[in-house]
Amino acid sequence: MKVELEADKCVASGQCVVAAMDVFDQDDDGIAILLTEQIGDDQLDDVKEAVAVCPAAAIRLVQA
Amino acid sequence: MRRIAVVGASAAGLSAAETLRREGYDGTITLVGEEPEPPYDRPPLSKQVLAAEWERDRLALRTSADLAALDLDLRLGVAATGLELVSRTVELGDGSEVPYDGLIVATGVRPRRLPGEGAHVLRTLDDALTLRERLRPGQRLVVVGAGFLGAEAAAVAWRLGAEVTVLEPAAVPLAHAVGAEVGRMLAQVHVDRGIDLRCGVTVTEVTEDGVRLAGGEEIEAHEVLVAIGSLPNTEWLEGSGLTVGDGLVCDQYCEAAKNVYAAGDVARWYNPLFGASMRIEHRTNAAEQGMAAARNLLAAEGARKPFAPVPYFWSDQYDMKIQAYGFLRGHDEVAVLEGDLAQRRFVVGYRTGDRVSGALAVGMPPKAIRRWRQAIATGAAWHETVRTGAPAAEV
Ligand SMILES: Cc1cc2nc3c(=O)[nH]c(=O)nc-3n(C[C@H](O)[C@H](O)[C@H](O)COP(=O)(O)OP(=O)(O)OC[C@H]3O[C@@H](n4cnc5c(N)ncnc54)[C@H](O)[C@@H]3O)c2cc1C
Ligand code: SF4
Repeated sequence: MKVELEADKCVASGQCVVAAMDVFDQDDDGIAILLTEQIGDDQLDDVKEAVAVCPAAAIRLVQA
Repeated sequence: MRRIAVVGASAAGLSAAETLRREGYDGTITLVGEEPEPPYDRPPLSKQVLAAEWERDRLALRTSADLAALDLDLRLGVAATGLELVSRTVELGDGSEVPYDGLIVATGVRPRRLPGEGAHVLRTLDDALTLRERLRPGQRLVVVGAGFLGAEAAAVAWRLGAEVTVLEPAAVPLAHAVGAEVGRMLAQVHVDRGIDLRCGVTVTEVTEDGVRLAGGEEIEAHEVLVAIGSLPNTEWLEGSGLTVGDGLVCDQYCEAAKNVYAAGDVARWYNPLFGASMRIEHRTNAAEQGMAAARNLLAAEGARKPFAPVPYFWSDQYDMKIQAYGFLRGHDEVAVLEGDLAQRRFVVGYRTGDRVSGALAVGMPPKAIRRWRQAIATGAAWHETVRTGAPAAEV
């Protein structure tokens, strides 16, 4: 699976980093950054959690 | 469990429905929502939507394909009007009934209003589009209430060239929530831009020409926005036997009665992390509590988890982003932890008893904030964490 991030929707909450630390980080303004686009099976649950808790609906999982 | 009803189709209700599917539940999910639109996001309403930067298509919480994949029995544009706990049925406004084995209440809140006609409120997409139609350069807008919602709307209206007056009954806006010092600083940001902020002023009614104050004086305005807080949507639960008291009252599992849970703005639950009953009107809480309620509804007896989050809230005003963690209300002390209030770059901490109960940041990088969030989540002792200047736990 692939993660997509719409950075202009991001509100800098940091929820994605808490949910999936090895997939998301934040820049100095708090805006989310993707550390990787391709998601391994072992990361899938964490990224699904990030999609669910993101308060800006800025993260999507799509078939690679 | 083969039939689950989720009432309220917004952030909390959607999150609950999605979580049910993620947890492998494959029975019927009936999602009932009074608004005709599919679930959309509210925070942008007082920001990008009001500023006419975003149109409605940017607000959808999920694409129609993602919604379809949830395989919902979706009932939009119809309200739940009653609940029968014994027969386990939700009654809808169109006369139909939804039988359930499990129920999640996520009906949110609605704006409090003032007597008189013609004022705007800001809760729904329609509200935002109606107000934005009227915000023109030179228009006189009176905002009643200097809370976060009123402050955001005032900031956008100012940017659009409106002449903005904000009327606030308290001596210092938001003092009860963030403390007087931070409240004064946040208010000053508006005053500096030329907003006419008047504190200690009580509005009694909306009139044809503006608003009337407690002393009888009238303030003229083309448009009036009332932003004086909200009321939980619990009327449909009256007579059901559920306990309602400023929200639907739940235990630490978000359970209101056997197999009946609540989530989001409407839910008043016991948060064991703070040892307090609370009702939180924050966007992230709606999603997190929707997840927690759904998981606990499906969980086997004894496998349920208490819902013990660190509440989180943000607000955007002009170029300033305010972020707050924890439960600030009723705090005993506020202290600057990092930075400087005057420079509008700081983290302040809130002490309740001897614990770090909250933190509020403006203009600070995420790392500076994250470690204070951690201190709140672990219930760090104030005297160990703050006096030494370093939080107990680094992240
Ligand atoms: C303008 C605005 C700006 C905001 N900005 C921020 C922000 O910057 N940061 C932040 O953290 N939070 C913000 N919030 C708060 C955040 O949007 C809410 O916490 C969140 O929407 C709560 O979600 P909810 O699903 O619990 O309730 P709601 O979003 O209120 O949804 C409840 C839904 O239930 C429906 N409903 C009500 N009664 C019935 C019934 N009887 N039958 C069926 N359906 C019913 C309603 O129509 C509604 O669609 C903002 C809110 C607003 C209005
Ligand atoms: S959770 Fe969403 S809004 Fe928050 S930082 Fe991540 S992408 Fe941005």
